[in-house]
Amino acid sequence: MSCFLTNSSLGKKLVMSVTGCFLVLFILFHMSMNITLLFSPEAYNMVCEFLGANWYALVGTVILVAGIAIHFIYALMLTVDNYRARGKQRYAVTVKEKGVEWASKNMLLLGWIIIGGLALHLIHFWSKMQLVEIMGSHYFTPEIDGTATVINPANGALLVAYTFSKWYNVLIYILWLAALWFHLTHGVWSMFQSVGWANDTWYPRLKCIAKIVATLVLLGFAVVLILMYLNSGDIIAQMSHWVPEA
Amino acid sequence: MNFTLKIWRQKDAKSHGAFETYKVSDISPDTSFLEMMDILNNNLIHEGKEPVAFDHDCREGICGMCSLHINGHAHGPEQAVTTCQIYMRKFRDGQTIVIEPWRSAAFPVIKDLVVDRGAYDKILQAGGFVSVRTNSVPDGNAIPIPKKDADESMDAAACVGCGACAATCKNGSAMLFVAARVSSLAKLPQGRVEGARRAKAMVAKMDELGFGNCTNTGACQAECPKSISIAHIARLNREFLSAKFED
Repeated sequence: MSCFLTNSSLGKKLVMSVTGCFLVLFILFHMSMNITLLFSPEAYNMVCEFLGANWYALVGTVILVAGIAIHFIYALMLTVDNYRARGKQRYAVTVKEKGVEWASKNMLLLGWIIIGGLALHLIHFWSKMQLVEIMGSHYFTPEIDGTATVINPANGALLVAYTFSKWYNVLIYILWLAALWFHLTHGVWSMFQSVGWANDTWYPRLKCIAKIVATLVLLGFAVVLILMYLNSGDIIAQMSHWVPEA
Repeated sequence: MNFTLKIWRQKDAKSHGAFETYKVSDISPDTSFLEMMDILNNNLIHEGKEPVAFDHDCREGICGMCSLHINGHAHGPEQAVTTCQIYMRKFRDGQTIVIEPWRSAAFPVIKDLVVDRGAYDKILQAGGFVSVRTNSVPDGNAIPIPKKDADESMDAAACVGCGACAATCKNGSAMLFVAARVSSLAKLPQGRVEGARRAKAMVAKMDELGFGNCTNTGACQAECPKSISIAHIARLNREFLSAKFED
């Protein structure tokens, strides 16, 4: 019991499944947070204040980092095992087997894209919000349109509007979300299979649920990006002088 | 019909292999794939050359002895049949056919197209015994088994252990084979008794022998000559995890 999670193939898959499930739930939580931006930038900033450097947000961050790290490290471990198991000599002719999804064979590649996007995302937002607070600062001074602007780290709405006023950021994030869509179309049904909660009756249903979840995530995040791009001028003007209520 | 064959030739396990090209002509469309190989070998023997080594036995799709990766497919281009059940009419006249041995670290090439599939036997041995009463044959209706369970068990038992699943899997995973064995016994009252021990022992042996980890691509069930469903893999996952959590 103590070690099958690290030394058994099925134990390792269980870890992938459980951490994957946790990350899907986090993504849905993050998406619902973002959607508040569509209704009110002030409400979004309240969420940002709530999730600053408070103890519960820090505990949540540590658990989240652990979840991502374990999911990724196990993916690498499984890939190394699988590479060895495949052997040095490969087939000269390969085909796409009937009913096999492209995403299912490229989960690690998609994972790398997602990690790359995540690094950029952390630089764009986390390093300017929670990290600033962790460092004990109450403001930071980004250069918005060439001028140093003093803003509060909880002023997420301004940061989001500014970041997505650039078309190339919108494009990069949409490509990132597309990789996530493919990853989830396989990952979501696969996590049920790995814990054994699947059968022939449920495969079409689980695969349908996976596509719905993946599409919800894609649309939920993308709609915020696009509306931020379209309304960035208004929101930057509205939120430039925002200060948190005492 | 005429064909160009690109066949993997390898002297023995230690040698490096390479593809060699052969031509076969005047092949009847109703010739089976293995008969076509026999014709090729006959020609090679007459030419004083070494015939191509390949595995075969029953030639009616039930023994699991034939293998061959043909034009990118385990057991050739047709679904749900073994190589011995493929007929040359399934190919185009003049087509080039690439024939390779199973490729998987756990199935080393012995010679040409023959691989050592002894790893599957070792997994089966690790599965151990089944509790059944010996002596006289028991009454067939003594232990009622629901039709659904009997059918599922039989579907899994259709596995011929040919190795196509591990040979097809991009991860070299033997999960479909192990799942079929575990599942066929787990669904019957006689095999149920050792269910937990069997699942743990067979998975441990599979890992020990260097097979890869299942990533649920479903390529194995697409290429399985017996169309065994990955639902059996889900059952193996259940059997294994519940056994481990009971430890």
